[in-house]
Amino acid sequence: MQRRTFLAATTGGVATALAGCLGAGGSDGGEGAAVIGETLTLTTTTSTFDTGLLNAIHPDFEEMYGVSVDAVPQGTGAALETARNGDSDVVMVHARGLEDDFMRNGYGVNRRDLMFNDFVIVGPADDPADIEGMGSATEALTAIADGEATFVSRGDNSGTHTKELNLWEETGTEPGGGWYQETGSGMGEALNIATQQGAYTLSDRGTFISQRSEIDLVILVQGPIEGGPAILANPYGVMAANPGVHSNANYDLAMAYIGWITSPGAQEAIANYRINGEQLFFPEAVSEDPNFQQYVPEGWSSNE
Amino acid sequence: MLLESVVQTVPAFLDLPFRDGYLPSIIYVSLYVSVTAVTLSTLFSIPVAIVMGFTDFPGKQFVKAVINTGMGFPSVVVGLAVLFLVSNQGPLGEFELIFTKQAMIMSQFVLATPPITAISLAAITGVDENVRDAAHVLGGTRLDVAVVVLKEARYGIATAILAGFGRAISEVGSVLIVGGNITSADGISKTRTLTTAIQLEARQGQYETAMILGAVLVVLVLAVNIVVIRLGDQEVRL
Repeated sequence: MQRRTFLAATTGGVATALAGCLGAGGSDGGEGAAVIGETLTLTTTTSTFDTGLLNAIHPDFEEMYGVSVDAVPQGTGAALETARNGDSDVVMVHARGLEDDFMRNGYGVNRRDLMFNDFVIVGPADDPADIEGMGSATEALTAIADGEATFVSRGDNSGTHTKELNLWEETGTEPGGGWYQETGSGMGEALNIATQQGAYTLSDRGTFISQRSEIDLVILVQGPIEGGPAILANPYGVMAANPGVHSNANYDLAMAYIGWITSPGAQEAIANYRINGEQLFFPEAVSEDPNFQQYVPEGWSSNE
Repeated sequence: MLLESVVQTVPAFLDLPFRDGYLPSIIYVSLYVSVTAVTLSTLFSIPVAIVMGFTDFPGKQFVKAVINTGMGFPSVVVGLAVLFLVSNQGPLGEFELIFTKQAMIMSQFVLATPPITAISLAAITGVDENVRDAAHVLGGTRLDVAVVVLKEARYGIATAILAGFGRAISEVGSVLIVGGNITSADGISKTRTLTTAIQLEARQGQYETAMILGAVLVVLVLAVNIVVIRLGDQEVRL
């Protein structure tokens, strides 16, 4: 968002002129200075933030444009809601269904597929529901439900929670009862709670890897990266807030950001980001093949 | 920028798993936001407490009840209220306050004002009637009486301000919502406070780091309390 508006409102035009000069580094308002000194507000999911990815790659963007990025980790549902209220310029989230609603309602524009990793079902090493190595995520969840083994749900309308609910829907089981615990917490907290209770949970691989040393859980059902079922894929998308809905959105900078993060350089930086030697995110923005579905709500066609 | 230079020296004594400048910057943001909010609260609350302590007006009991209820406001609710206010959809949207320290100061102001007002009021009304009477008898004007009463009540008022400060600096719900817990990519805090940093570490399972930050917070509050009490003592000697 343009903080300069705030300055202008509080301290008058002089401050604005000053801020402009400072921001432009003495140049007299040339074209290159248009975004310098501005702030981009990015609302995002906890997994991109808590894994340290954003802090690792953002300095490159900030240097390139002379701007700063305010990354607000919120969970996918909240990140989109913040943008709906016009308080965010760009969103990076991982729940295609929610992203599609966001676009259909006119709040988001210029969506790009950004990167992916996958979800894994993790649980205690002794595996009371005996799901280890199952090739199907739905079978594993059914076994957990049948055995009434403790399962920790994020319960926070995040991308991971949305995926979990979709999986339960696939199994045809309505989760409930004492064994199913909605915690309303972030991924890291949910992993901690699952550790404390010897429970199962669904986690994105990135957060699980980045916290593996702190928790006492093992991967029991792999996602597609390690040959598991495709249903556990975890794609991340990035899109700009629609300046036609919220005129205060910093659309120029949002598009610069999307352009940068889907560029070969930034995509390589994402691929090279590792924790304990393990890759957390797999870039997918740069491709020879066209993928028109990334720009529109899934399944949309012009005949609609 | 005395505050900034002081907080720079704090972490030199500790060996912590943070990047350079991270801890000083979150201490700075915590203090900046809470001290500003409590200062504003105090400037608002003390006059209110004085007026309420020295005058009677219809509905006074009701106002008292409202203030006392305010002491129990959940910080998350206050955070949501301030969010509606400063969101770009809200009445103050044009000022672009969301995810700024200013928004955090607003919510902490709302949180700190009720305890400061209520405890100050209790301190003022708690001054012995004999003291007021004596001041009157000695020929004091209303203003003189007020000054005497305030002097007598100063410890209670200091306690009120410290209670407000304690509420402000230790709350996590509202600053998380309106501040966004933001650091820049180089690890310098923009709206991350000690409390939201603790929340973040706990979320990531880094309980030890969270405890260290908690200890820093306790030491900080203790230091502020000592400073304020010292100032109070000096005043007595004057």
